Amino acid sequence: MEAISEAAQPPRTSVGVLGWLKENLFSTWFNTLFTFGSLWFIYMILRGIVTWVWTEARWSVVTTNLWLFAIGPFPRQEVWRVWACVIMVLLLGLLSWVVWGPLGRGRTGARRWVLAGWLLSFPLTILLLRGLGNSALPLVGTNLWGGLLLTFVLAVVSIVASFPLGVLLALGRRSSLPVIRMFSTLYIELIRGVPLVTILFMAQIMLPLFLPEGMRVDKVMRAIAGFTLFTAAYIAECVRGGLAAVPMGQYEAAKAVGLSGPQVMVLIVLPQALRAVIPPIVGQFIALFKDTSLVAIVGLIDLLNIAKSVVAQPEFMGLKREVYFFVAVIYFVFSYAMSYASRRLEVALGVGER
Amino acid sequence: MSPVSTSSDRAVPFWRNVRVIRALSQIAFAILVAVVAGALYSNMKHGLESRGLWGGFNFLRLEAGFDIGEGITYDLSDSYARAFVVGVVNTLRVTVVGIGLATVLGVVAGVARLSSNWLVNKMASAYIEIIRNTPLLVQLFVWYFAVIMKLPRVRESIALPGPAFVSNRGLTLSWPVPTDSFGMWLSYLIAGAVVAVVLWIVRARTQRRTGRPGFRLLWIGAPFVALATLGWFLVPVAPFVLDKPSLEGWNYQGGLTLTPEFTALLVGLVVYTGAFIAEVVRAGILAVPRGQIEAARSVGLNEMQTLRLVTFPQALRIIIPPLTSQYLNLAKNSSLAIAIGFPDLFNVAGTIFNQTGRSIQVIVMIMASYLSMSLFTSLLMNVYNRRVQLVER
Repeated sequence: MEAISEAAQPPRTSVGVLGWLKENLFSTWFNTLFTFGSLWFIYMILRGIVTWVWTEARWSVVTTNLWLFAIGPFPRQEVWRVWACVIMVLLLGLLSWVVWGPLGRGRTGARRWVLAGWLLSFPLTILLLRGLGNSALPLVGTNLWGGLLLTFVLAVVSIVASFPLGVLLALGRRSSLPVIRMFSTLYIELIRGVPLVTILFMAQIMLPLFLPEGMRVDKVMRAIAGFTLFTAAYIAECVRGGLAAVPMGQYEAAKAVGLSGPQVMVLIVLPQALRAVIPPIVGQFIALFKDTSLVAIVGLIDLLNIAKSVVAQPEFMGLKREVYFFVAVIYFVFSYAMSYASRRLEVALGVGER
Repeated sequence: MSPVSTSSDRAVPFWRNVRVIRALSQIAFAILVAVVAGALYSNMKHGLESRGLWGGFNFLRLEAGFDIGEGITYDLSDSYARAFVVGVVNTLRVTVVGIGLATVLGVVAGVARLSSNWLVNKMASAYIEIIRNTPLLVQLFVWYFAVIMKLPRVRESIALPGPAFVSNRGLTLSWPVPTDSFGMWLSYLIAGAVVAVVLWIVRARTQRRTGRPGFRLLWIGAPFVALATLGWFLVPVAPFVLDKPSLEGWNYQGGLTLTPEFTALLVGLVVYTGAFIAEVVRAGILAVPRGQIEAARSVGLNEMQTLRLVTFPQALRIIIPPLTSQYLNLAKNSSLAIAIGFPDLFNVAGTIFNQTGRSIQVIVMIMASYLSMSLFTSLLMNVYNRRVQLVER
């Protein structure tokens, strides 16, 4: 017995660490060559980066300007308002995780409350940041919003505002009325055919011209308008994909039980279509988060533009590498976290499994 | 017996008639759009007229008077129209070169992402994740300010094989320059191409008739290369000479010099778009059903043949539509050149706007340029797509 079990053992080179190495790195001589080539390449790059980060780079430029990167020229004594917003969003996130997780099975009432909380948090955040103008909450104009704070405000407000517009455009493009269909198609294709920078440029230059005299819109609102008009076209295309994925039988069944046209859309088709497009819309949000950096070109003080001004500080001349590297890492951390979360969400929703 | 009215012979009131509702709602929508557009237009016209900036495109004939860093011949005294054309050509230059290089990088990274070698696979995925999750504008700043501007000065530039030189004044390459006998050599090339086309058709027919592999690439490649080589030695002087850059005074003479702005923009766009193309390529290859590859192997094709004859043609069909949109993204993203000072069409148009204040005209010009570029590219790719799709059945 002993001898047989010993003989049945696989050879040492095909299991364990050695087996893994052989299978994944040295399976053929060609692969071995690749492995050594990549090892050398990784070593060269890592050596350069590690020596720079630990020995050459002067990080004081980042540490002294940390607040500037985070909130820009937002008044320091009002910082608690930003913290309050962050804590509110984190709490809501925690609550949703609990309610939609394994603990909250069957608690539809609690879920409704959390959803209402999310909806309420949106105007509350804006109100808290902007202030009421009284002694407790003095007014902080949008021209003082900056840094990462402005980046997030731009991205969140634009995606929320562009979502209903995008859904309407998607419905318009699938409409049976030719005038509405043509209008929606023209809008979507026109916007998708030009770069975002030109839309932002147009929003900054043309929007004040379009409005009657005496009506003024501040810079941040103009940028949000540009982002909204731009993102709506892309969201419309995502939603159109979702609408196309709803089977014809669903429409027919809804009509057969006597629902009217709008009821079919709102109660039957849209819920199914929107559930299918949550992942692409999250992707769109990540893209928008990255694209907010373009406001630096039209002169808003977002994270990237703060970096540009920090680089110009006389005491930190010539430290562009440190600053831009730091900013790139911040963008990366947030985008990567969001795309990781969206992958988890995709699994949780079971998209594509039905 | 009183007549019983059925629903069919009672006229439907017009406000419940579907056809009337459809027509009326469309008319109402059109009127709404027209009214809003009209109000905006009149506001704009009023505002611009009061500032004396209303009018057509006549300002384009005026003298531009600003300098443009690089591009086709242009002088300070040229018109705004000429300046704009310089910008358009610069955009096209970076876009065309960028699309070519990004495709190569993307295909390599996409295939590496599917490699069975763990290290190669992880390296490719690190590249893709890092690049896709940071904004292009930040990457351009990093390439321009943190990499290229930090390179050694011209006199201490890094020499690469070629010879090519890298410094903070950009990239200087050796470049082939056609000589007098280039025209003669070209006629050999054309002859080679004609022979190749004829042979291709003949071999394709033979293959169809006999069912044996035609080895078409070999049959057309060999005579073409042979004729080109023959021509190279038969013409009096070599058709190309390699123009090698040499350091004279403060700068390089000869060769081809790419400015730091162009280099940064090109590298930034290629690295960024390459990561997206890699994902497209990977998805396309993974979408080919496993059974196709197994079936190909079981009818006796070897690994290379499976890749060339089964996997690749099917993957290409899936890859082309998303690839087209990546190409268009690259063209549109080239507008970020303004951040690092490369004179592309958006940058030049911005300068024209600052000097003349003609906002609408400038915006119309920018939009029309990008839209026509987008339409042209999607037209080309659609034609190609249709050709590839026809192979299906």
